[in-house]
Amino acid sequence: MSGLAKSPARRDPPFLVAGLIAVAVAYLALVVFLPLVIVFVEALRKGVGDYLAGIGDAEALSAIKLTLLVAAIAVPLNTIFGLAAAWCVTKFDFKGKNLLVTLIDLPFSISPVISGLIYVLLYGANGWFGPWLQEHNIQIIFSVTGIVLATTLVTLPFVARELIPLMQAQGSDEEAAATTLGANGLRTFFLITLPNVKWALMYGVLLSTARAMGEFGAVSVVSGKIRGLTATMPLQVEILYNEYNFVAAFAVASLLALFALVTLAVKTLLEARFSDELAAQRWR
Amino acid sequence: MSLEITGITKSYGRFPALDDVSLLAEDGEFLALLGPSGSGKTTLLRVIAGLEIADGGAIHFSGEDLLATPVRQRRIGFVFQHYALFKHMTVTQNIAFGMKSKHRRERPSKAAISAKVEELLSLVQLDGLGGRYPSQLSGGQRQRVALARALAIEPKILLLDEPFGALDAKVRRGLRRWLRELHERTGLTTIFVTHDQEEALELADRVALLKDGKVEQIGTPEELYHDPASAFVFDFLGDSFQFPCEVKDGKALIAGQEVPILGSSPHVDGPATAYVRPDGFVVGAPDGPGFQARIRDVLLAGTDARLDCVLDDDGSIEVRVPHAIAEKLAPRNRISLAPREVRVWG
Repeated sequence: MSGLAKSPARRDPPFLVAGLIAVAVAYLALVVFLPLVIVFVEALRKGVGDYLAGIGDAEALSAIKLTLLVAAIAVPLNTIFGLAAAWCVTKFDFKGKNLLVTLIDLPFSISPVISGLIYVLLYGANGWFGPWLQEHNIQIIFSVTGIVLATTLVTLPFVARELIPLMQAQGSDEEAAATTLGANGLRTFFLITLPNVKWALMYGVLLSTARAMGEFGAVSVVSGKIRGLTATMPLQVEILYNEYNFVAAFAVASLLALFALVTLAVKTLLEARFSDELAAQRWR
Repeated sequence: MSLEITGITKSYGRFPALDDVSLLAEDGEFLALLGPSGSGKTTLLRVIAGLEIADGGAIHFSGEDLLATPVRQRRIGFVFQHYALFKHMTVTQNIAFGMKSKHRRERPSKAAISAKVEELLSLVQLDGLGGRYPSQLSGGQRQRVALARALAIEPKILLLDEPFGALDAKVRRGLRRWLRELHERTGLTTIFVTHDQEEALELADRVALLKDGKVEQIGTPEELYHDPASAFVFDFLGDSFQFPCEVKDGKALIAGQEVPILGSSPHVDGPATAYVRPDGFVVGAPDGPGFQARIRDVLLAGTDARLDCVLDDDGSIEVRVPHAIAEKLAPRNRISLAPREVRVWG
């Protein structure tokens, strides 16, 4: 790169270089960095004491626990589904394959609020399965079950979407080789397929974790926002904000932002740690 | 321990990839499946290995029904065109994979596995490279790792899909000779797929030439080269030129000249097409027998010299002649080109 930059033929005018960099930095600062800073500034406006009080509040703690619980259920579910779907789509040919791929993408394209509404229409008191569920004393809407379902739906595409293009590019020669060498399906999967897609898988899992914790639209429809019971962190932030309790709202929000930052940091660290292996993986 | 393929058919949608293919590979034979792309040769190889499922037909290996055997129990060594090495494993781990995949009762001990890996590494001349990853190897080395990995399961048959397809010409020639030696040492029934006629003729005991999913001809390289069953076979095994001719009394009439016809197949009198190889011409003085031509270029590099000629009757051909003749010629010279002998097909 530096060699190219030094070549006079390739040197751009300095004002252009500076201008482009300035535009990019200003844009990032305005759209990403500043809002992120504001979250922490607002949270700490009245001191660390109030900040900790905001987080340590019983309702906030319950929201944090609920958020982690929902992510802990939805993410593994979608990891398994994503792996199975990607395997099925990339290693086999069948009719309706394109339809399946489109269906997997659907949660990306429909508004999360609609995803939530669908569950209310299906499982709510007046929904299709409502009477049957009531008879059997099962509550889905306005309960943790509903929140998990809505979150699972919204985060469904992440893992599959990361895996499908990669597995398509890799083809199934290595799996075929393993089979001719006598390996059974499980061995092939764990020793050949999984190591080949582990980075994409990790990336998909991280993205879906971040999204699962931050999901607002779908969850807000199905949860009923019962404080201390069915309020996840994003819902808790909204409740607090609407009550003009800004410090507490931003405190919870900062924690949510922190989760996201940690997720990204983990990804970057892992990439740096295994950069050699990543480079080796790129060879085909 | 012969491999008997009978009436294999396979189609992808409406496209027939294999159409009633029957073949017999003798024990220890080195058989080449030769053909242009889309002729079904790779499909046939994958059907034998069990990576594709045939629509009909049977494959027997020393009496045993191969198609009824699960892929991973067939003990068929398969070497993929692009090697399909496990990139996250070292060379040693790659080679040991098959042995470690065996059922616990049949699995060799750790010491036995590493001894076998060492033995195979030296067989494929990669001693000391066991710790490398595939990305740290050259194309030829990767190919040999793939071969060692396939040999590690002590296969009953070895299948190679375009084994040298991705390598450059020089490495390819070296590996070709080496593979021939390896086959002599292991005595393993080996089938390999190639689209390179030179490779097939040089390596194989017998060659099966495929066209549009059918076996066009099967025989020793000599049989195919000297007694081609069809125009397609003749044309595929080397460059050739075609001229309209008239067959009469067992001779071909080309450019006013009677030329002897090669080959054992009978010929009906009447119009036909004559096929000549680039080295099948006699160069004569202008207005001599045969085609009248003007030399466009004389190419003196190579085993044979080549003359790039423009025919008076339209068209251009590049003929091969001994250097001694070519050295006396120059561009823009006029010459006559008389076919020495021809093959004729309707």
